[in-house]
Amino acid sequence: MSFSNNLHHPQRLWHFHGGLHLEECKALSNGTEIRPMPAPEKLYIPLAQHIGGPAEAMVSIGETVLSGQKIGRAQGYISAPVHASSSGRVIDIGDYPVPHPSGLSAPCIVIQTDGEDRWPQPPASENYSSLQSGELRERIREAGIAGLGGALFPTSVKLNAGPEHKISTLIINAVECEPYISSDDRLMREQSADIINGIRILMHMLKPERCLLAIEDNKPQALDIMRQAVSESGLKQCLVCKIPTLYPSGGEKQLIRILTGKEVPWNGLPANIGILVQNVATVAAIAQAILQHRPLLSRIVTLTGQGIAKPGNYEVRIGTPLSDLIAFAGGYQQPPERLIMGGPMMGFTLHNDAVPITKGSNCIIATGRDELPEAVDALACTRCGQCERVCPAQLLPQQLYWYARARDMDKIQDYNLFDCIECGCCAHVCPSHIPLVQYYRFAKNEIWAKEEDKRKSDRARERHQAREARLARLEQQRKSRLRRKKEALNKKPGNKTADPKKTAIEAAMKRVAEKKKNRPATAANTQNLSADQEKQIQQANARRQATTEDPPA
Amino acid sequence: MNALLQHSSPHGTPQNNVTRMMLQVLLALVPGIIAMIWYFGWGVLINILLSCSAAVFFEALVLKWRKRPLQPALSDLSAIVTAVLLGIAIPPLLPWWITLIGIAFAIIIVKQLYGGLGYNPFNPAMAAYALLLVSYPIQMTSWLPPEMLTDVHLSFSQSLSAIFSGILPAGLSWDAISMATPLDDMRTQLGQSNMISEIRQSPLWGDYGGRGWEWVANWYFLGGLYLLYKRVISWHIPVSMLASLALFGLIFFSLDPQSHPVPLFHLFSGGAMLGAFFIATDPVTACTTRKGQLIYGACIGALIYIIRSWGGFPDAVAFAVLLMNMAAPTIDYYTRPRTFGHAERERD
Repeated sequence: MSFSNNLHHPQRLWHFHGGLHLEECKALSNGTEIRPMPAPEKLYIPLAQHIGGPAEAMVSIGETVLSGQKIGRAQGYISAPVHASSSGRVIDIGDYPVPHPSGLSAPCIVIQTDGEDRWPQPPASENYSSLQSGELRERIREAGIAGLGGALFPTSVKLNAGPEHKISTLIINAVECEPYISSDDRLMREQSADIINGIRILMHMLKPERCLLAIEDNKPQALDIMRQAVSESGLKQCLVCKIPTLYPSGGEKQLIRILTGKEVPWNGLPANIGILVQNVATVAAIAQAILQHRPLLSRIVTLTGQGIAKPGNYEVRIGTPLSDLIAFAGGYQQPPERLIMGGPMMGFTLHNDAVPITKGSNCIIATGRDELPEAVDALACTRCGQCERVCPAQLLPQQLYWYARARDMDKIQDYNLFDCIECGCCAHVCPSHIPLVQYYRFAKNEIWAKEEDKRKSDRARERHQAREARLARLEQQRKSRLRRKKEALNKKPGNKTADPKKTAIEAAMKRVAEKKKNRPATAANTQNLSADQEKQIQQANARRQATTEDPPA
Repeated sequence: MNALLQHSSPHGTPQNNVTRMMLQVLLALVPGIIAMIWYFGWGVLINILLSCSAAVFFEALVLKWRKRPLQPALSDLSAIVTAVLLGIAIPPLLPWWITLIGIAFAIIIVKQLYGGLGYNPFNPAMAAYALLLVSYPIQMTSWLPPEMLTDVHLSFSQSLSAIFSGILPAGLSWDAISMATPLDDMRTQLGQSNMISEIRQSPLWGDYGGRGWEWVANWYFLGGLYLLYKRVISWHIPVSMLASLALFGLIFFSLDPQSHPVPLFHLFSGGAMLGAFFIATDPVTACTTRKGQLIYGACIGALIYIIRSWGGFPDAVAFAVLLMNMAAPTIDYYTRPRTFGHAERERD
């Protein structure tokens, strides 16, 4: 099935399986302009704000830093540097709370800001079109840009699809399908120039045949503005696509399906089918990094929920404590029941508001009373199959749940657990209120832990075997050394280790034997007899024989 | 700051819940039940009330034995749905103790001993119906004629006393007031080598099924449409089941219209319509994959036709459903949908 609903640029659209129409709750935050928040007193900049290796601190305590100065260098290929988002002095490098479901702390660089926001001398501007895509990628990498839609995969790595993958379609993801979030919506309405510049840069780098900018039809203003911006830009291969509002259309695989009808293979990347997807905010950040030499220092955060006095979108420096942001936004309207980072479908709850805003913090929801109430009592699964109807990955959630409960980790992988994108649709429709996604996360972690265990035990076994082999080798060497020694000993009898007493005895014995051999044998009386004597002997013998044969009568 | 609630995504309570789904099933049954009371008298209502109260009692009893909380299991209304389905499947004046045996079997053995709602491999109402049918064939096949075919209309209290004490109003005998169901009648007469055209001369017959009966089926059909509209059930099982039953009917009808009734007769007789929308669609015991549901429904339709035409019992919904309950896990296993991003599965 397909339909065309794009008036300006008819573009065929496809469906993905399942999905949900959710209450949007975007009006709470999308009506006001983005408000920039000044630098807070202290910035807590986590070293790990991306997928991959955490950055390594390259400043020391007490050092003065300027805005945009790199303070953590990327470690490894899949990594990203971090920058000082305002000028000031480094006052600590250590573990501080970070936004993470576990509520645990992680290494952060703490900067006491000086309020002056001093920048270094900007380098001379140049025309990016003279640069190779490799150089541009390096600049994007140095700017610390990671997927701002929330996935936080280092953008430079994603852009390096490799020479074997020709990117034919560049997709700009401005779908923003989760309820409550409106940061991309406001970005498009207010900073369309950055987005267009970013698209230009990406098109220069990737040389795709076309570029599709996807926006859900619940953002009509953003659609109009972007359409106009694209038509004014003269970007011929660029198309703004209005797609129907349906969660999770903003999922990378789902969006690719909607726009191209193709499915990303389960074990591959979009690049395998010639597609590259970038979030719209990432694209704007790329433009700032390349054209203004401005690394990723801030992002637009949707601060919303009934617990917030002035919900809206704020431009916030990376590392700003959430409590400062909420205070800037007029504080809490009512004591929040929960703080959710991200959207209600895939976000996670924070333990408190003493965590910094990071590159991935697209939305903070402070829920008021009875807002998004949590289900308390789960009933047994009735196998009604509602979950299966909405699953965008075409899985059988009820079977996955069954095997997760039974801890049958082989079976659950056979049912493709790892194709689950944890969008939450299944749990959202479950009449038995079973927290299905939680079961899937549990199973995934269980399997990862098992694999880790296996790796460890494999390593341990290898080490053990190596040790056994080493010991055996040493034993062998010891034995052969001994054998050689013995042989050497046998060859040289006059060894000083021989017992002198024993040698003396042996020598004496030898002498005796020698003497014995040389001495002439003593004659017996039956030897050397004359013929008479022989005769006498014979006669005597004959006599003796006769007496024994005839006994006396 | 005060302690914040911690919860894993997604956040917010689902709009739907099991009780609401069961309520919608009960609501969808109401038109058919009213029609049955209209055609077959107060006995239908008494049976429903009796089986419902017994179901709640037995459910509570087993939950107590199993040391499980009463409230969640009782308030999900699944026991009530089972009881109502059995209550409308049994003859209107069935002696009360047979109903009790059926309900006790359905709730205690078929449902709770397997672990309660969600764990029972067999449809409790149909298992109980099958048990009663093979144990008490006489009582279970003594139906009342629909109201237009009889002058005897028992009042509520007369029905009550017939069910609980077996005493009929003076001047009436059980033989005089009971009557075979249209399916039973068709079967007996075909067994006597009567032609369909002769059989259908009888006033028992309406447009395509038995008089009265076909209207009950109409109302259940309507209720089923409501469930489809409310998305409590999906179309796969009812459509494939009715289509396969009709297809079988059509094949044999076109081969020999004098010894096989019209296909619509099968759809609107016995428990076919009720079974298609309310019994075969029981999610716990049916297939859950879409393709599996089509196969499951089609097999039930085929089995109904086979058992009705050549089996030992006039109606076959219960047996067909139970047989396919057994096959459901296997069908599900072999009809897993292709996961997004995967090629069509290769069978191992």
